[in-house]
Amino acid sequence: MSDTANSPESQMPQQLSGAQLIIKLLERQGITTIAGVPGGASLPMYDAVAGSKIKHILARHEQGAGFMMQGMARVTGGAQVCFASSGPGATNLITAVADAQLDSIPLIAITGQVPQHLIGTDAFQEIDTFGLMLPITKHNWLVRSAKELLEVVPEAFRIALSGRPGPVSIDVPKDVQNEIIEITEWPAIGVASPAPEFDEKDVETMLTKIRAAKKPVLMIGGGIVYSGASAKLREFAEKMDIPTVQTFMGLGILPHEHELSLGMLGMHGARCTNYMLEECDMLVGLGVRFDDRATGKIDAFCPNAEIIHVDIDKSEIGKLKNPTFSMLADVNEVLAIANRNLEAIERPEWRQRVDELKEAHPLVLDGQDDVFRPYGAIKAVADILDDTANITTDVGQHQMWVAQAYPFNRPRQWVSSGGLGTMGFGLPAAIGMALAQPERKSVCFSGDGSLMMNIQELATAAEEGLDVKIVLLNNGHLGLVRQQQTLFYKDNLSAVKYQQRTNFTLAAESMGVKGVDLATSENPLEDLKAALLEDGPCVINIPIAVEEMVYPMVAPGGANADMIGGEA
Amino acid sequence: MAIQNIRECSVLRLTVKNHPGVMSQVCGLFSRRSYNLEGVMVRPIVDTDGKLSRMWLLLDEPDKVAQIMLQTEKLEDVLNIERHNFNDSVFDKASSFFREDIDN
Repeated sequence: MSDTANSPESQMPQQLSGAQLIIKLLERQGITTIAGVPGGASLPMYDAVAGSKIKHILARHEQGAGFMMQGMARVTGGAQVCFASSGPGATNLITAVADAQLDSIPLIAITGQVPQHLIGTDAFQEIDTFGLMLPITKHNWLVRSAKELLEVVPEAFRIALSGRPGPVSIDVPKDVQNEIIEITEWPAIGVASPAPEFDEKDVETMLTKIRAAKKPVLMIGGGIVYSGASAKLREFAEKMDIPTVQTFMGLGILPHEHELSLGMLGMHGARCTNYMLEECDMLVGLGVRFDDRATGKIDAFCPNAEIIHVDIDKSEIGKLKNPTFSMLADVNEVLAIANRNLEAIERPEWRQRVDELKEAHPLVLDGQDDVFRPYGAIKAVADILDDTANITTDVGQHQMWVAQAYPFNRPRQWVSSGGLGTMGFGLPAAIGMALAQPERKSVCFSGDGSLMMNIQELATAAEEGLDVKIVLLNNGHLGLVRQQQTLFYKDNLSAVKYQQRTNFTLAAESMGVKGVDLATSENPLEDLKAALLEDGPCVINIPIAVEEMVYPMVAPGGANADMIGGEA
Repeated sequence: MAIQNIRECSVLRLTVKNHPGVMSQVCGLFSRRSYNLEGVMVRPIVDTDGKLSRMWLLLDEPDKVAQIMLQTEKLEDVLNIERHNFNDSVFDKASSFFREDIDN
């Protein structure tokens, strides 16, 4: 039988169930991979996916499925789909969907629901998925007939990909999945709507202001990555000769060693970076949202600076910082116009001042030559790998050390849970990165606290034979909580030590994943290299001391100028 | 907290797609962003075949109105949003229904 579903023309009528319709509509959207966990209320969808072109990845937990598809979406920029059943299946997905909302990731969650006649009766595995997903998605639906799917599925892709991307969810009662309807015509596939229109003269106005500034700084974030504007941004920064800070979500836009890059700003930014922001007279925010981890105490952020803000989300402009000039636009389109005939200028005095700050207050990578110290482990991994590797992390100290020290050199090389800060993100995200781009190494730096939160997905990595490497910085503690208790709660260590240590290499082996323990290695660097370079999943355990701290650190709620530690 | 002067409250007029979830979407936005909602009136708009509803919101958030409108506008089912004054609004006209001494 020929596959008429993928042809745009109207066809001989086809009889399809709602579940078959979902799968066909997803195929038409170009979906090749779905991760999920089946259950009673999604049986028809699973019946339909089995005979389709879509490869289904059987996650061990729905949260793992959600993060796998986030990993795919984050390295490709495309929308990705995860499946869960009703009730606990849907609630298990919630964290991954909320995470996608905070980091603007186009994730489409499709959940089974109890049949409509049982909705509202407290039926088995019934939960108000619509109500639960509502505050953590861009938009969501409870579908009431198979016919509605023809509109809802393409619309889900359009909304997830348009403007500022984000997650959507579609809840499909089992009777809707089973309902047979006749299809004579397929809807157009859902694509991103055009970005907001803007006046080209505004770009010239902005350029005039930027040229006039004596001490400008560019603050660049996820919006640059998502709009594909990284190369244009680099050209713009170089021609306008402007020192640049990257938000956590923007790491990799400028190469690590670029002379204009001052790395990450904010809570764990270098001293020189935060001091420079104190002195700047203009801050140009491009695709950023002035998150509190980046700005510190907002009133004290860039106290002497005029703010210029370009963003695609209208509600971000003026939400936290009032700009003197703003543009509601796709930053990629703005930079394309800005770069036309852009005359290069130089700012020798400001650049000299910034160089002085860099010289006096650099990022101090203590222990970078010792593989059993955090920066040393990260540097050793980076030295073995090249820029083709995709890097993800879990959440905690290891995440901040990687954000500070790993030499990210291209956009989408860096994948991490920024807004929600979800421990357990890394391993399933690494699986997703490997599914999307099997030709690249997929490396997850993790901690022993985070890894335990989705460790079951090691079995998924083994089952799929993916080239996923977990580099585990293991201190037997919830290190970043411990650090805050040390610094801000008079060393009153409360519930941060794991009395029962986990043997992670054995745990890995038990799920079909190779385990390498550098603690017992005779030649740790050689073993690290061999483990990273061979093909297939592997957990590499690297013990580190519990006293290691992430410095500098701005106290939560404090001003960025008031950093603790990290002096040269 | 009692509002100081109801006549200084803002009134928002929304045109929304009429479906079972739209009230949740609007009211959910207000609760999760901790915007104070003092009143809500909703009816389907006549002559739209039940497809559209008009939603009137009463707000006591003088400093946040602009941000509230931007966030509300982002909801997919909100087609239009306008700001009005309290005077002569639906809330003004319905005031008598919200007094303890009147049995309406």
